[in-house]
Amino acid sequence: MGTGDLAALLETLCPMFVLVDENGRILRVGPTLQKLRPDQPMAGKDFLEVFELVRPRTVTTLSALMALAGAKLHLKLHDTPRTALKGLIAPLPQGKGAVINLSFGISILDAVRDYALTSADFSGTDLAIELLYLVEAKSAAMEASRSLNLRLQGAMLAAEEKAFTDMLTGLKNRRAMDVLLGHLVSGNSPFALMHLDLDFFKSVNDQYGHAAGDYVLQQAARIMVEETRSDDTVARVGGDEFVIIFKSLSDEAVLSTIAARLIDRLRKPMVFENNPCRISASIGTALSTQFKPPKAAEILNAADLALYEAKRKGRSRHCLYSVLVGQR
Amino acid sequence: MHGLINRAVQSFVCATYGQSCWLRVTEAAELGFVEFEAMLVYDDDMTVRVLDALCADLSRPRAEILEDLGTYLVSHPNMEDLRRLLRFGGVTYVEFLHSLDDLSDRVRLAVSDLSLPALELREIAPTEYQLFCHPGLPGYSSVMVGVLRAMADDYGALAMLSHDGQEGEAEVISIVLVESAFAEGRHFDLGARKT
Repeated sequence: MGTGDLAALLETLCPMFVLVDENGRILRVGPTLQKLRPDQPMAGKDFLEVFELVRPRTVTTLSALMALAGAKLHLKLHDTPRTALKGLIAPLPQGKGAVINLSFGISILDAVRDYALTSADFSGTDLAIELLYLVEAKSAAMEASRSLNLRLQGAMLAAEEKAFTDMLTGLKNRRAMDVLLGHLVSGNSPFALMHLDLDFFKSVNDQYGHAAGDYVLQQAARIMVEETRSDDTVARVGGDEFVIIFKSLSDEAVLSTIAARLIDRLRKPMVFENNPCRISASIGTALSTQFKPPKAAEILNAADLALYEAKRKGRSRHCLYSVLVGQR
Repeated sequence: MHGLINRAVQSFVCATYGQSCWLRVTEAAELGFVEFEAMLVYDDDMTVRVLDALCADLSRPRAEILEDLGTYLVSHPNMEDLRRLLRFGGVTYVEFLHSLDDLSDRVRLAVSDLSLPALELREIAPTEYQLFCHPGLPGYSSVMVGVLRAMADDYGALAMLSHDGQEGEAEVISIVLVESAFAEGRHFDLGARKT
């Protein structure tokens, strides 16, 4: 078979072939390969002048290249765009040169764009078009999944927020308080915990109805938020029970001042539909530093004991756990 | 029914008849929501209710609406991605027709849980074909008539399409190619990227 016949055959089967003579000079190239350099005919040039062998690196002569028959070659075009190519060399009989078949490999996505290739540039058995199809199809599917994920994430955050919020007052709920206490205790950060109970709340409910009761809870919540710092946590942990956690605060004088202000504001009548709703508050306070090591349940229990003592002493009072146990 | 199919219906209704029509339809169908998620799977019954509500709202037969849906899927700018995927089927309209045999496999390759009924092209003459739509998705052949018509435009081919009744369980679409290079057709750039 003459060179012309061989080239014609190769054009049909592998449109990115290179036919070189025994000196490594390019005799013919496939039409798709020539399309990568439309203004510079490759035929007539040295193979290693047009293509750079990236791997195996050591090969710089054609005879060394011939010895690589059957091995996978990694090549690049010498000038820009330096498209990466994969190649396979098959020597012709009687040392009459070789056929090198090239393909794009993973660089195909850039190549079809850079060189405006079309389906006709690939052989019918080449999976290039299927690969391009798959990339587009998968990208579209991935895009749809990503947008779903974003919406689900938003919904999850909202649900989480809801799960940690007392819907009536907008305060944190018991679950949020448990989580926070767990964090503080395991992180060994000092804090103070106030347990606040509204006095006479039940009678407001009984006398003026649940709407009045709800209103009172909302007003009480607002007052507690106003009287505390923004990084303190106010949680509604029961019907008329609240817990306030003061991060990094262990000064009992300061805590007593805050408690006094809360009691003072909470005992002012709250007017709901012209009815003066009267409540007051009893507060018990414990410090995490009073326990070694601090445990959430113990600190809560201590504040609870102090609260009970405050109630016992006649309501509208604040009692420190340290006073109760005579630690001072 | 796969969310992609429901989403296609939603997108078609919103683009063609407006958001308010879609809201009426979702309410009449008692969906309980107004947005289908493309990547979730819904009860088949929901799709049926949506289509019933849509036919009632527009006072048009279902086959006609589904044909319009098929046309929309190919020709509307919203659906450029899908048009491109279909154009990967072949360089000419005839090649595209032959690629339909692989369509359900191609779809599964992209979205593994979306299974479309098998299609089978039979060549009667070089300009005359029959497409057998196998069962599995009621109304699929109507959608395909719209898709094939719009794809003919896309390739610049002049084709006549009609429902050709039923053969066994398959619904048959007849395709007569009047001229394969009737007009310029729309451009298809293999390497086009989204910006």
